Amino acid sequence: MVIVDNLSKRFPGHHAVRGVSFKVEPGEVLGFLGPNGAGKTTTMRMITGFLPPSGGRALVCGHDVATDPVAARREIGYLPENAPAYGEMTVEGFLRFTAEVRGLGRAERKRKVDEVIARCFLESVRRQTVETLSKGFRQRTCFAQAILHDPPVLILDEPTEGLDPNQKAVVRGMIRSMGQDKVIILSTHVLEEVEAICSRAIIISTGEIVADDTPEALRRQSHTWQQIRLHVAAPAGKAAARFRALPKVGGVETEAEGDGACTLRIQPSDGQPILQDVLQAAWAEGWDCREVRVDYGRLDDVFRQLTQTEDVGETARKAS
Amino acid sequence: MSGWNGVRAVAKREWSSYFNSPVAYVFIVIFLVLSGVFTFVFGNFYEARQANLDTFFLWHPWLYVVLVPAAAMRLWSEERRSGTIELLLTLPLTPAQAILGKFLAAWAFLLLALALTFPMVITTYYLGDPDPGTILTGYLASGLLSGAYLAVGMLTSALTRNQVIAFVLAVLAGLFLLLLGFAPLTHFVSRFAPMWLVDGLAALSFLAHFQNLQRGVIDLADLAYFAGVMGFALVATHAALATRTGK
Repeated sequence: MVIVDNLSKRFPGHHAVRGVSFKVEPGEVLGFLGPNGAGKTTTMRMITGFLPPSGGRALVCGHDVATDPVAARREIGYLPENAPAYGEMTVEGFLRFTAEVRGLGRAERKRKVDEVIARCFLESVRRQTVETLSKGFRQRTCFAQAILHDPPVLILDEPTEGLDPNQKAVVRGMIRSMGQDKVIILSTHVLEEVEAICSRAIIISTGEIVADDTPEALRRQSHTWQQIRLHVAAPAGKAAARFRALPKVGGVETEAEGDGACTLRIQPSDGQPILQDVLQAAWAEGWDCREVRVDYGRLDDVFRQLTQTEDVGETARKAS
Repeated sequence: MSGWNGVRAVAKREWSSYFNSPVAYVFIVIFLVLSGVFTFVFGNFYEARQANLDTFFLWHPWLYVVLVPAAAMRLWSEERRSGTIELLLTLPLTPAQAILGKFLAAWAFLLLALALTFPMVITTYYLGDPDPGTILTGYLASGLLSGAYLAVGMLTSALTRNQVIAFVLAVLAGLFLLLLGFAPLTHFVSRFAPMWLVDGLAALSFLAHFQNLQRGVIDLADLAYFAGVMGFALVATHAALATRTGK
């Protein structure tokens, strides 16, 4: 289990993380989201003990990272940002080094390194030096280092950065399967990734947590949650008025009209499903529904709603 | 002892990283060539007509001042530049283990280069009947001196992510520690500074302690001096690494 308690970090002239708290249990895959500079990497660095916090504390499997860093780090597998690895070492040599530091005996070291090389599809490059690897291989080499000792806690800073779609799918699959019994905390900009692998998402903005919920619950906050897009054979004005009169409907927008048909966006008033009501109303009028789509919200929208800071909003307004 | 395993793993990695790049070979060749050139060409080894290694060791402080920083500059700068420091310091290791591992590997490497000067010893035995005691203390002095330079170079390497800056700082620091006890300079300073100050500064210099040992006098004070310089620089390296801000 990882407990982060009111963690904060001040750099000279810059308050990077301001009192972040959360608790992650085994079996949870926590996605850490936020714009660049929001404090994701800084928070992860404090959990792994690379940076000392200015305030608060982090506990990893009961070990306080500040007072018992070595015990805490034994429980952690960490993939730092940009996947650093020693350029002049071979993939195999690099993995053997981390295994040795982690105190694995000679025989076990060899077994674990072979195993992780196979799992991360590094067989073809195992004798190549890290500096000659492509970005995707380097990323996976550093990822392999993080999972080699089968740690109960995995902290992954942008684990799929720089991977091609196939490699992304592989890494996501691995994270998902390991997430069943481990604590996994990963940061990403890729929102689809959060929906694909995370059981929980924390959105952080200017050093503070602004949302902490399941990806689905976050999507509910999107203004398009349960919104219905309907292409119906009826005059736009008449149809819009009819649907607006429904009790659960909050608003109706006309997207397109012509030829005695129109495309409407129908918004529920309080996030309740309205599909049934809308279709019944249309049938009662005898209108032909040619196309219906229910929108389940986009994490993207929620992310922007929650993290758009003043200056970014200002710039966007000026640009448009 | 589990603490030692971490040190050994770091040291092994560091040692092989010297030999995985041309650095080691270039360093060793340059060291051997220069120490030979200085001894035979500038030191007039043959003309001195003495079967000892004084003219050989005489130049070591000046050789090390440039060469050791070259071997030390990448120790931490490279880790910081490439970001591997984040990996290294989040492994289950204490910074002290990492520092010690790197230091021992680099020192072992310098001692290897020093050991490869053994043909000098053979030459003196061939030419005459040298005193084995002073040869041994000469090597001891040179080995300790290289460790002291190395510790200073490791400190400057921990201060910056730029290897060139680390190198220049280490050369300057090494020169300073050397020149404090350089006779022509101390004579000059003694003209206007009180004697106790001149002697006090000279006592801090590498040179006096090196020369004592090299002449065959094993004084505990000199050994303690080198151990102290190394210890101080390693502790300072620890502090320098602790104050990094991460970016």
